[in-house]
Amino acid sequence: MDAESLLLSLELASGSGQGLSPDRRASLLTSLLLVKRDYRYSRVLFWGRILGLVTDYYIAQGLSEDHLAPRKTLYSLNCMEWSLLPPATEEMVEQTSVVKGRFMGDPSHEYEHLELQKVNEGDKVFEEEVVVRIKEETRLVSIIDQIDKAVAIIPRGALFKTPFGPIHVNRTFEGLSMSEAKKLSSYFHFREPTELKNKTLLEKADLDPSLDFMDSLENDIPKGSWSIQMERGNALVVLRSLLWPGLTFYHTPGTKNCGFIYVGTGEKNMDLPFML
Amino acid sequence: MEDSTSQKQEKENQGSGEEERPWGEITAASQDPKPGLSEPLESEQGPETGPQSRSSPRGSPQSRDSTPLGDLTEPGATSSPWPPEEPSSTPPLALSRQGLEAPWQSHKATSVIAEAETPHSDHLKQSPDEAEPTHQTRQATGNTFPRFQQTNGHLYEPRDMSCNNSKQKELRFDIFQEGDSNSNCDLDEAEPEEAPSVLEIATQNAKAYLLKTSSKSGLNLYDHLSNMLTKILDEQPENAVDIIENISQDVKMAHFSKKLDTLHNENEMLPTYEIAEKQKALFLQGHLEGADQDLEDEIAENSLPNVMESAFYFEQAGVGLGTDETYRIFLALKQLTDTHPIQRCRFWGKILGLEMNYIIAEVEFREGEDEEEVEEEDVTEERDNGESEGEEDDELPRSFYKAPQATPKEESRTGANKYVYFVCNEPGRPWVKLPSVTPAQIVIARQIKKFFTGRLGTPIISYPPFPGNESNYLRAQIARISAGTHVSPLGFYQFSEEEGEEEEEVESGRDSFEENPDFEGIQVVDLVESLSNWVHHVQHILPQGRCNWFNPIQKSEEEEEDDDEEKEEEKEPDYIEQEVGPPLLTPLSEDLEIQSIPPWTTRLCSNLIPQYAIAVLRSNLWPGAYAFCNGKKFENLYIGWGHKYSPDNYTPPVLPPVCQEYPSGPDLTEMDDPSVEEEQAFRAAQAAAVSPAEENEDTDEDEDDYD
Repeated sequence: MDAESLLLSLELASGSGQGLSPDRRASLLTSLLLVKRDYRYSRVLFWGRILGLVTDYYIAQGLSEDHLAPRKTLYSLNCMEWSLLPPATEEMVEQTSVVKGRFMGDPSHEYEHLELQKVNEGDKVFEEEVVVRIKEETRLVSIIDQIDKAVAIIPRGALFKTPFGPIHVNRTFEGLSMSEAKKLSSYFHFREPTELKNKTLLEKADLDPSLDFMDSLENDIPKGSWSIQMERGNALVVLRSLLWPGLTFYHTPGTKNCGFIYVGTGEKNMDLPFML
Repeated sequence: MEDSTSQKQEKENQGSGEEERPWGEITAASQDPKPGLSEPLESEQGPETGPQSRSSPRGSPQSRDSTPLGDLTEPGATSSPWPPEEPSSTPPLALSRQGLEAPWQSHKATSVIAEAETPHSDHLKQSPDEAEPTHQTRQATGNTFPRFQQTNGHLYEPRDMSCNNSKQKELRFDIFQEGDSNSNCDLDEAEPEEAPSVLEIATQNAKAYLLKTSSKSGLNLYDHLSNMLTKILDEQPENAVDIIENISQDVKMAHFSKKLDTLHNENEMLPTYEIAEKQKALFLQGHLEGADQDLEDEIAENSLPNVMESAFYFEQAGVGLGTDETYRIFLALKQLTDTHPIQRCRFWGKILGLEMNYIIAEVEFREGEDEEEVEEEDVTEERDNGESEGEEDDELPRSFYKAPQATPKEESRTGANKYVYFVCNEPGRPWVKLPSVTPAQIVIARQIKKFFTGRLGTPIISYPPFPGNESNYLRAQIARISAGTHVSPLGFYQFSEEEGEEEEEVESGRDSFEENPDFEGIQVVDLVESLSNWVHHVQHILPQGRCNWFNPIQKSEEEEEDDDEEKEEEKEPDYIEQEVGPPLLTPLSEDLEIQSIPPWTTRLCSNLIPQYAIAVLRSNLWPGAYAFCNGKKFENLYIGWGHKYSPDNYTPPVLPPVCQEYPSGPDLTEMDDPSVEEEQAFRAAQAAAVSPAEENEDTDEDEDDYD
């Protein structure tokens, strides 16, 4: 959700029970402005909150002029002092995939993981248990990256591709219409497209190159990994991710108000097929 | 050059009057180019407009130059204002039409502005067959705009010359047309349909987009633009570009739209209005009853919880629904307490679903509890009896398998059925009472993990078959969550003296409590620092699925005393121990850890102003369950998906063990058939025993048989 319209957005996304206490709201409104100034972002998003056992991580993201460029992620424990997280790498994701359970809330906390490694000594090859230490900060980076890539979404038309390539906010976006708002195909993943190039020419024929440059949600695997609901008597459409429970996307049809927030434990719901 | 421009101006002034009549025809034609193309006359008409349209920027002066030819040329000139129309409409049509028309149509389309007549005519004079291919190939290969601007540049000068000797050119028109079409016929076969390029599809799409009719005004942009341009060219205003907005407005205003009365009325019954109508009832409630003198009574026996107050505290903790939604729920609870004999009511929480959510109210009835459940039980019993009777008729061995004895459900107002739960999907919609929970449902609900859909009637399809539909599953989850996460600060509740004693005789644990009148409050800091200051005030649910232990063995003995056969079985379960859980009002510090994860997280809601902060408790076992206490007051709330947390992934329960087959023993194995020797020996033995008189008869009979 946009840092500027934080209060309205929070009110809209409150249907899932995820809110911010008044002191957090106030401090976010203050500190995100400063973040925007200091880091020279064109737009700052309040990304969400990862619940730790001891403390919570508050996450914000900075966008540059090109909205699809890699986003800078910051975290804070008290909503005032923000620290920049390093960009996630494949290696990090792989490394942290072995860690299970909840976040602690301490960036310097180290998870210990026993790993079997093959050791060559002369002719013999035997396996040895090695303790791998993984910092929670690394895990935080990779989880945020995974969530961002999997479930960060934006309605169709909210961004458009300029003729020169960069992706900008569409000023003429007036919100989705009611019939569109109920369909998954009118929402896009807020990231570089990966599925688009796999589409057949026939499927591509109907796409508008200035709007349809991202992957739409309707092809997500598994099918049914989104819950789409009309709340407040059809005045608000809310999408909840079932794969990453805690991610809520809201949009008021007919207006520009839209955004997503993640409040959750930072764990992927691997049980989804059993639960549907 | 100068000559031509001066000519233009003159002719413009003249032309405006002359052109009026043809304009109407042209607009009609331009709006729908298809019929024109399909007609047989088309080969004549088309080329006439074609060449003229190529010279579109200069089109109007030319047409006035060519006034002698009047009818022929003017249509061509008028087509000049529609450059967008031509490329979009003609190429695809031409292609679909194939054959003769295709090449020159595409030619025309791509070179709308560029081509001048003179090159054509010159070429045609000299070598019509050779000249055309150059044009054609150029346009076929590169249909792009830059290219066509180039050609425009090249051809510009010759065109000006053509203005001067336009009369000559005009005369040549007929020849030119023939030559043009002929040459195209030849080319047609040489160039198959390469042209259905991206550009054409794009233009087609663009045109379709422009033709999209607005549902509000009934206009489309395409017509609007053409009407605007018609108007401009009709009126020839001096500063068209400056007043373009006004022109647009005028055109729109001039548009006469007849309101078509369709047969059925517009019945706009959007769901938005529907729910608003229902919620209106919530807000009106107060007015209707306000005047009565019942008001005092109501306040006296107030069963409505102060939802807003606890919502305020939960907001401090960063939990809860929006203010607006909370207030609607508040009103909905008021509606519930007004319509039911409710002694105590509480906002339990919200369970999220796939299609709709559940808002859950926890209530205690005053006196009247409805009797639907009793009926249900009777039905099931009858069914059981019927089955057993039916099987008795057979003499074949019946199945020894007996379903494990169903644990009876707890009485209402005790154990897991202590409270009654009402749910609704949205404040304003009717409240639905959930059925009371049975132990079997709890036991199975522990083994499955399902998303709620939001419709109570949905069947739950799971591996251990769930006895009931979603309403039962929801009720079971509510019971589990309540038992796990409803907590209160130490000392708020105490065991009630009278009831406690009575029940101590029967059961070891006491299951009722009352508010402690002497509760003095607890320091918030203590609540945050130590979990032992929080206690559970809802009974623990045993693995059996009940809160109070039900001994399955005792009963079975009583019931089945007559059955001697089954005494052997009864010996086995003797060593089922009574399941014991933590008693009521056990501190949270004794809760079990989830794989080294503490089950609760406590926190002060604000570090900035600790004096006025409240203690917030968050369950890690049931994500979404919260409790707060400000020293005196406390409340519990659950908002979430209704699932228990586990760091490991869900594993379906293990299949029940496969039943062993009957052991192969003397009662299953059979002897071999008696052999002849054995029978003969047997007969001999018999013969010896029986009197010799009968011997003969027997042997005779036997011999007959064996033959």
